[in-house]
Amino acid sequence: MSVIETNNLTYSYPNAKNPSIKNVSITINKGDFVILTGPSGCGKTTLCRCFNGLVPHFYNGTLEGKITVAGLDVYKNQIHELARHVGLVFQNPENQLFALSVEKDVAFGLENFAMPRKEMRKRVDWALKKAGICELTERPPHELSGGQQQRVAIASVLAMQPDIIILDEPTSFLDPLGAEKIFEVISNLNKELGITIVLVEHRLDLAAKYANHVVVMNNGEVALSGAPREIFTSEKARLIGIGIPKATKLYQHLKNHGIDLKTIPVTPQEAAKLLREALTNA
Amino acid sequence: MLEVKDLYYSYSTGFEALKGINLTVNDGEFLAIMGQNGAGKTTLVKHFNGLLKPTQGQVLVDGVSTCDISVAKLARDVGFVFQNPDHQLFSETVEDEIAFGLKNFGFEESVIQKQVEWALNLLDVVQYRKTSPFMLSGGERKRVALASILAWDPKVVILDEPTIGQDHRQKEKLQHFILQLNAQKKTVVVVTHDVEFVAECNPRVILMRGGQILLDGMAEQILNNADLLAQASIVPPQITKIFLELEDLGLPTDVIDVHEATEILVKRLNKQS
Amino acid sequence: MSVFEGFKFRKVSSLVHDLDPRVKFFFVLVLFVMALLFTNIFALTVLFLVPLPFVFVAKVNRQWLRSLRGALLLAIFIFATNFIFGFLYPTSFSQITPPVDTGYEYLVLLERSISMTLRFVVLIASFSVFFLTTSPDHLGLALQQSRVPYEFCFAFTTAVRFVPVLADEAQTIMDAQKARGLELEKGNLLKRVRNYIPILIPLIVNAIRRSLELAEAMESRAWGANKNRTNLYALKLRGSDYLLVVISVLMLVVAVYIWLNVSIPSLSAILYPAGV
Repeated sequence: MSVIETNNLTYSYPNAKNPSIKNVSITINKGDFVILTGPSGCGKTTLCRCFNGLVPHFYNGTLEGKITVAGLDVYKNQIHELARHVGLVFQNPENQLFALSVEKDVAFGLENFAMPRKEMRKRVDWALKKAGICELTERPPHELSGGQQQRVAIASVLAMQPDIIILDEPTSFLDPLGAEKIFEVISNLNKELGITIVLVEHRLDLAAKYANHVVVMNNGEVALSGAPREIFTSEKARLIGIGIPKATKLYQHLKNHGIDLKTIPVTPQEAAKLLREALTNA
Repeated sequence: MLEVKDLYYSYSTGFEALKGINLTVNDGEFLAIMGQNGAGKTTLVKHFNGLLKPTQGQVLVDGVSTCDISVAKLARDVGFVFQNPDHQLFSETVEDEIAFGLKNFGFEESVIQKQVEWALNLLDVVQYRKTSPFMLSGGERKRVALASILAWDPKVVILDEPTIGQDHRQKEKLQHFILQLNAQKKTVVVVTHDVEFVAECNPRVILMRGGQILLDGMAEQILNNADLLAQASIVPPQITKIFLELEDLGLPTDVIDVHEATEILVKRLNKQS
Repeated sequence: MSVFEGFKFRKVSSLVHDLDPRVKFFFVLVLFVMALLFTNIFALTVLFLVPLPFVFVAKVNRQWLRSLRGALLLAIFIFATNFIFGFLYPTSFSQITPPVDTGYEYLVLLERSISMTLRFVVLIASFSVFFLTTSPDHLGLALQQSRVPYEFCFAFTTAVRFVPVLADEAQTIMDAQKARGLELEKGNLLKRVRNYIPILIPLIVNAIRRSLELAEAMESRAWGANKNRTNLYALKLRGSDYLLVVISVLMLVVAVYIWLNVSIPSLSAILYPAGV
């Protein structure tokens, strides 16, 4: 069952000479964990903003083609209506937190929905628990680390109980440990709650193991779409220049030397296991 | 040459960020300072150009204590590229931006023009010379900021988290560029938590935690010490992780590069069969 | 900057901190009105002493004193203006006919100037206690519950939330430009002002970029979905709040009564009964 479907989606920002995305046709199914990647400027960020209606409602410009999100036609629904189904977590942790305490930020979307206070309280506590930040409830955002701030942003979006959560390079400003924590949180949301995840990410080394679908964009178009292991070993991916996981690269190099590890590893653990088999069986 | 002798630094809030740092960086060295956010990396490098002065201890740049010269004078020899280019860019054109530092240091007009030209070419931003820096993309702004620091040809170049927000190709280019700088006898200090980037460049690595130096050595020798790295909240590079898991099979663990890894494994597997 | 330190909220728990901001504001407003009513030095001194018990209960002594110290410069300026002006144009401020000659007339002028200064100090003293004991969050909530349009309340709390962020950013920008050889303290006045351009422009540009990102985030979290937003917290008036309201009203009533019916002697009249 598809939750996001686009057909020949093309968009140009106002006064732009060229479109930022061209003829993008993708389908994302319920429960998918999709990694959206590609070189800077390939249109990933613009595409994300189409998914929650910022394009075209906030940015205006010219949007063509079909796009349906959670069964809603993006053209015909306002951003706040789409917000009931799609949440967007942005790159900069600092600039998406407005309140003076964590719980007020998490409640923000619910306050906008005019939810009654009792229900809101329960939702806020639930979201804080799922994001693993219960101990930060009353803290002001300025005192938190980047990683903690991003988890607050995730909780704020989660509280609105969307079907889909989109994260636009959420770990850019975080150190590897902070990044890992974020991926674990969203992976849990995907597995436990069935929330569809669209993750825009360059650090495929860390994120690849969670995904069941990878979309690679280049110059505004979708260049590749499919299962992670296929994409990472494709020549096209290498030419476009995405950060293919080292484990996969090692697999390819070994293959070029005539050594076939049978399955394609994406993580060091998988690679080590395959190598151990190869080394002890040889 | 940079010398740090028993450096202690406390912020005005009372927080002790550096607790007894001893370090010598020789001319032409390539050094990566690694550690978790908050370990004191940026605090340390801010002492190299005098932005911060020691609470206790000494920092010497070419034999002169940083307490005895102004930041402006130190900046002539120690260029500092900040993490966010938007904290520096303010001029009407890219040209003006690059000329800013040169003007501050009192260079002659003819020299300024020559250096600006050189810097524009070096960072591949010639086509933007008359463009406003605010009109450029994120990656281009980073290049302009870098060009504006290199323009006055400092002996030491410090880069604070240069790989943040960069895609794969941009990181590769940055790698080559930094290695090039180092090949031109510049002392390069990179503050980063990107262990893959460090693995690709293979510099001297200083690992910091809680304001102290935990480890100091070449990348290959340090990055396989999983326990100490964990203390600094750093994970070993992906390739090293693979070899650490296979340690019991007699494989070396000081492997950080894919090509080296392939060679070792091919040899071993061919030997066995 | 110490005068600002004196107004910054600190998170501590006390009876005063827990009072409803609207009630506290009403109390401070009453003090302000009373300070405007009276010009007598004794009355104003009493008014100055009124916030003191609140300061002690809230344990904000040091910060409160700091705010007074910060206002010292302005207080001296007010005193000087009053004294000099009163010296040059006596009839405009009292019944003294020019020129100011006798020791008594100087005393009246001095007392008058001190009273005016004291009025200003009472204002600072009472408002300082208010801001020191009211969290910006509570303040925003109070504004909202007082029917101020939500856009303004939100703008207020968001601005407060970003003050430390902007302060840090300003410092970083200064460091970044100093690292390019910028010397802020060098040169004549004109040069020094121009030296701040490389600091201000990045600050402003980043503020604009930040606002855009914030707007995106707000929209994405359903800003504008409903005209009547609900709120996670609501301010509820308690016993101590009602008590303070009663005290305030009583104070006002007593003050107005005294102002209308009682003539409090001035200090000068007490010291020099013959001079009148």
